[in-house]
Amino acid sequence: MELIPHLFRTEYRKIIAVLCKRFGFDEIETAEDIASDTFMSATQTWGLQGIPEHPVAWLYTVAKNKARNFLHRQATFNNKVIPETALRENASTLPEYEIDLSPQNIIDSQLQMMFAICHPSIAPEAQIGLSLRILCGFGIEEIADAFLTKKETINKRLYRAKEKLREENIPIALPGMAEIDDRLAIVLATLYLLFSEGYYSISNNRTVRKELCFEAMRLCYMLVENKHTNKPPVNALLSLMCFHASRFEARLNRNGEMILYEEQDTTLWDADLISKGGYFLNQSATGTQLSRYHLEAAIAYWNTQKDDTKEKWENILQLYNQLLQIEYAPIAALNRTFALSKANGKEEAIIEAEKLNLTNNHFYYTLLGELYTGIDNTKAKQHFEKALSLAKTLTDKQTIEKKIDKI
Amino acid sequence: MKDYLLVFRADFSLMPNRTPEEMQAMSKRWMDWIGSIAAQNKLAGVGNRLEGTGRVLKGDSTITNGPYAEIKESIGGYSIVKADSYEAAIELAKGCPILKQGGNVEVREISEN
Repeated sequence: MELIPHLFRTEYRKIIAVLCKRFGFDEIETAEDIASDTFMSATQTWGLQGIPEHPVAWLYTVAKNKARNFLHRQATFNNKVIPETALRENASTLPEYEIDLSPQNIIDSQLQMMFAICHPSIAPEAQIGLSLRILCGFGIEEIADAFLTKKETINKRLYRAKEKLREENIPIALPGMAEIDDRLAIVLATLYLLFSEGYYSISNNRTVRKELCFEAMRLCYMLVENKHTNKPPVNALLSLMCFHASRFEARLNRNGEMILYEEQDTTLWDADLISKGGYFLNQSATGTQLSRYHLEAAIAYWNTQKDDTKEKWENILQLYNQLLQIEYAPIAALNRTFALSKANGKEEAIIEAEKLNLTNNHFYYTLLGELYTGIDNTKAKQHFEKALSLAKTLTDKQTIEKKIDKI
Repeated sequence: MKDYLLVFRADFSLMPNRTPEEMQAMSKRWMDWIGSIAAQNKLAGVGNRLEGTGRVLKGDSTITNGPYAEIKESIGGYSIVKADSYEAAIELAKGCPILKQGGNVEVREISEN
């Protein structure tokens, strides 16, 4: 039955967001249990009686009933065991057991959950795990697979993160206008990590990797769709993701190994995603804030231009110059130096590369090898060999060996 | 690592009028130089460029025009870099495009106290 995994993927996260929002983080496990039980019921009932006419509505009804029963039990418990509380609550509000699974409340709940999970007091690693579980409806096994780690590790990590959500009493709500930019920055950083996790993961499970990327894009698109969160950096990040995702099919071979940019079959680049990337990049070009996502999206745009023009490399170089001023990262420093060699020549790039001093990074020696190729092939070979000794994955080693053979 | 202030000085009145192409080339040299420092993870603050205008206020309440009352050279801008020593800071300053325009770079260690 292919329908249930599909519905699980699309509906589980909606049910859990709405229930979590309704119950609060104190009952996050209950929300998870009810969502899981709903699918358990579907598997059993549909297996016996066939698939209902409106499977999604069926799921929502069952989830609502289970949630109502829980709220009822909880109220009874409160009435009997904690009478004062019951008296106080009954005076103002009668217990309301109705669960709102309307499209609008689903979206609102998911957005609010996004901000709650990406709260400054939750560690980034835990934010990713919680996002995958609650916002994307990933199973523990899938999360473990994406992180190449054991299920127990993920379970522990999620358990601690949920404890933290409770301890810190984090509200499930959109932040106010005054703090939205700061809070949005954390949400974007998490979505960016989520995307990168899929894009650069060393997991061999290609489907999971791709899903991670598309989930990050889906969540980012939800932010673009909401008028409070539709800000320039959000559009820039979505643009960046579209440009990168456009090369998803071209950058991996049949065995899931990396194909270098220069060797990619450009007919496999997704023209639709490239044009969407361009659209969101335009949308991001308002206001005065130039975020790292703007710069990275612009670099990604130039990378969709296959022709090796002077203009392309000069633009990429200046974008990296700016990006490194906002935030240093070794990979950005290496890419900047590669762009420098294309824009200003190899001699200058060699001098600059040797200043980077990233001596435990195999990409550093690969870059030096590339730069010396044709200028001093003996040195080039030495650098490639050093890179080979530092490279960890088989794909990286094969790539470097090919370069040595070419000299 | 300590922070060092780089102060760029030149006699800007001697700067010839430049064509847009020359200005663009000059701006590229600055951006590539700052980018190079940033790529080494040694940029603490990109700093600012200063306008050619200025006022000097003295203790006797006199105010004179221009930032350079007594000397022709004026400060055109500043950046802050990270380095282990004056020698290392000077290595970074060596690439500054102002040196090729007849200007100079003053390197000052920023006090940590």
